[in-house]
Amino acid sequence: MRPSLLRAVCAVFLAGVSTGAVRAADIAVEAGEGAEERLVEALIMAKPGDRVMIGAGRFELTEGLSLDVDDVVVKGAGQDATILSFKGQTGSGEGLLVTSDRVVLEDFAVEDTKGDGVKSKGSDQITFRKLRVEWTNGPDAKNGAYGVYPVSSKNVLIDAVTVKGAADAGIYVGQSENIVVRNSRAEFNVAGIEIENSFKADVYKNTATRNTGGILVFDLPNLPVQGGHDIRVFDNDVIDNDTPNFAPKGNMVAIVPKGMGIMVMANRNVHVFGNRLDGNATAHVLIAAYPNDYEDDKYMFVPRGVFVHGNTYGEGGGAPDGEVGKTISDVSGTPVPDIVWDGVTRIPEYFSWTAAENRVYIDEAEGTSFVNLKMISQLMLPWGWWPDTDIAGYKGSLPEPAPVKLPQDSGA
Amino acid sequence: MLTFEALHSFAPPSVLPDRTEGGNVGCEHRRPSLFAIWFLVILLSLVAIQPARATPSLDAILAEKPPKLLSEYGFFDDLSAQKPAAGVVPFQLNTPLFSDNAQKLRFVFVPDGKAATYDETEAFAFPVGSALVKTFAFPADYRKPGENVRLIETRVLLRQESGWQAWAYLWNAEQTNASLKIAGAKVDIATVTADGSPLAFTYSVPNKNQCKGCHAFNGSIAPLGPKARNLNGDFAYAGGTKNQLEQWTALKILSGAPAASAAPKAPDWRDASAPLDGRARAWLDVNCAHCHRREGPASNSGLFLTFGETDPVAYGVLKRPVAAGRGSGGREFDIKPGDPDGSILMYRVESTEAGVMMPELGRHIGDPQAVALLRQWIEGLH
Repeated sequence: MRPSLLRAVCAVFLAGVSTGAVRAADIAVEAGEGAEERLVEALIMAKPGDRVMIGAGRFELTEGLSLDVDDVVVKGAGQDATILSFKGQTGSGEGLLVTSDRVVLEDFAVEDTKGDGVKSKGSDQITFRKLRVEWTNGPDAKNGAYGVYPVSSKNVLIDAVTVKGAADAGIYVGQSENIVVRNSRAEFNVAGIEIENSFKADVYKNTATRNTGGILVFDLPNLPVQGGHDIRVFDNDVIDNDTPNFAPKGNMVAIVPKGMGIMVMANRNVHVFGNRLDGNATAHVLIAAYPNDYEDDKYMFVPRGVFVHGNTYGEGGGAPDGEVGKTISDVSGTPVPDIVWDGVTRIPEYFSWTAAENRVYIDEAEGTSFVNLKMISQLMLPWGWWPDTDIAGYKGSLPEPAPVKLPQDSGA
Repeated sequence: MLTFEALHSFAPPSVLPDRTEGGNVGCEHRRPSLFAIWFLVILLSLVAIQPARATPSLDAILAEKPPKLLSEYGFFDDLSAQKPAAGVVPFQLNTPLFSDNAQKLRFVFVPDGKAATYDETEAFAFPVGSALVKTFAFPADYRKPGENVRLIETRVLLRQESGWQAWAYLWNAEQTNASLKIAGAKVDIATVTADGSPLAFTYSVPNKNQCKGCHAFNGSIAPLGPKARNLNGDFAYAGGTKNQLEQWTALKILSGAPAASAAPKAPDWRDASAPLDGRARAWLDVNCAHCHRREGPASNSGLFLTFGETDPVAYGVLKRPVAAGRGSGGREFDIKPGDPDGSILMYRVESTEAGVMMPELGRHIGDPQAVALLRQWIEGLH
């Protein structure tokens, strides 16, 4: 072998090592004396390719943790074995913050954070797997807002997490793109799962139960990323969402009535299908416009293109809650139908027509009940309007977005 | 003759003047009567202890692994006295960040023959090898802010080839040196406030990631303080009081700066003679906008509090929160004009509780003066 070739081979080999293609090390952090400092330091000093292995036991933490290194796995000994408790937290807005790319968080619990639970900001390829995030005192307005909280992130995988007690949303994906939320359980939160101002999300095989509202797909004004679209919510169990709303006033979810199943507010191209809805006492499915005044020329306040089909509906609508529940039942009567659309359209559309791709379509089994509250007509024709309960008039379909594919999930 | 350490026990280091070329007094609480005495004492001590003048070590600034001790950088001729080495220039900001009322001593170093590039809006672009150094200290009693001052930590921002690095050094009990703390630290502070009441709290030295919690611009570490608008003010250098921008230009550590009169200038938020709007916006700029800006860690909030933000909704007026959680305090808008008690901003600035208080990092106690200013400002909005 000529020396120059040897050098080239060595260079390639070394490059492979130094770019983190090879796992560098496992950094073990056990519970006990000085655990907080050791854990903070391990997360800071980790090199790309490392795994930070957190041992079983309780870690009492006083400050938020953070990870800013790419290509790191943070792994515990199980969501009931490795417990990061933030009961004594005195600083930071969340328990664990990730700001780097290609990070996997798995097999540990985060309890009782003063703010949010586990957050990623601006991460690409972030995975939350088999985590438990919980406020152990149960529903309480003093709990943190979000449990699992990727925001401004790309390629987000949330798989088999459990979140309990969040004062806003248990699983909250905000201003993100390419999202999978699956096999997860959200209970006793205000919102179980919320996809907000995000693009391309698949939410499936989750259980949202005993929250105020099960699954929310929202789009809000005055945010850097808006115009949420291409969302599929399918094959979820959305059952018995019956916890009184405990969100502090001022937060959007504070309007969600107890007993909301799946709620779509603003957004575009949202597909809700194959879900099992039962025991949601306000309504199983609500499609609505953004209800507040706002100042934002770029914002579209009505939902555009929503397709609800093939879901199963059990008991529901028997005890509509709060202001929203009253607004609905004042028109629809009680029990509230399975599917409710507020019927708000843009005024030019009211006087002309709504393009096919922007309409609401419903294709459900015989016997499914529905109401269009025609709230726009209430406004425009207060002396002569009536709700529309003829579900057959909304039959049709929209082309379904392609399944979301994530680079970190190619094998699944 | 008294030893330096003995002097030190009753002579606060932070009141000591320093005398580099740009020589200065780095603290607002200077006592002119003491100046000459300490000048002589320290000069004599230095002659005895440290015959050679220190200069900052580029090797230390550029090292991949940060030095374990602050002294290894050579930023100071006399570390304990915070007397800067040759080429290390003290500075102050028109409106500083509130950090639990810590006294702060700020220094800049730019390698010989290089200069930072002026920017009208953002922090200046510093050349590789530059360093920004900031020491945090607490007096035993704020009624005598220049006495019995305890140095807590010194933070360094180092401009390396790959970008900025941020590290914090924790001072030892003897106040002779400070050592690297990657994981941060908690320090119990006991002092007496300006109105004579005792104050005790636990101060946090940030860990490395927390440094970036504020010092982040589009995901990379960046300096915050050295912006034209905040440096455009006078500083009492030993050679006389001069405008800092003009002094930096004269020292050739800054290039491209216009005359001070042509540069933007933020008011001192405590200056009651300055317009209220400017004072409030300067305070919000420095205390909030490191995160609350389009390029910052809180970009997702949609609340942007930079000095130059002109969209009222973006700086909070009738803006609804997005992720405030219990931080909303049951209020509906970030800023409700005319109604400070209906404004989430006030709720979060007044709080000292984790998960509610803003900023999230670097504060454990309230700042009643700032609260009063912001209340007055919001009351006047309509």
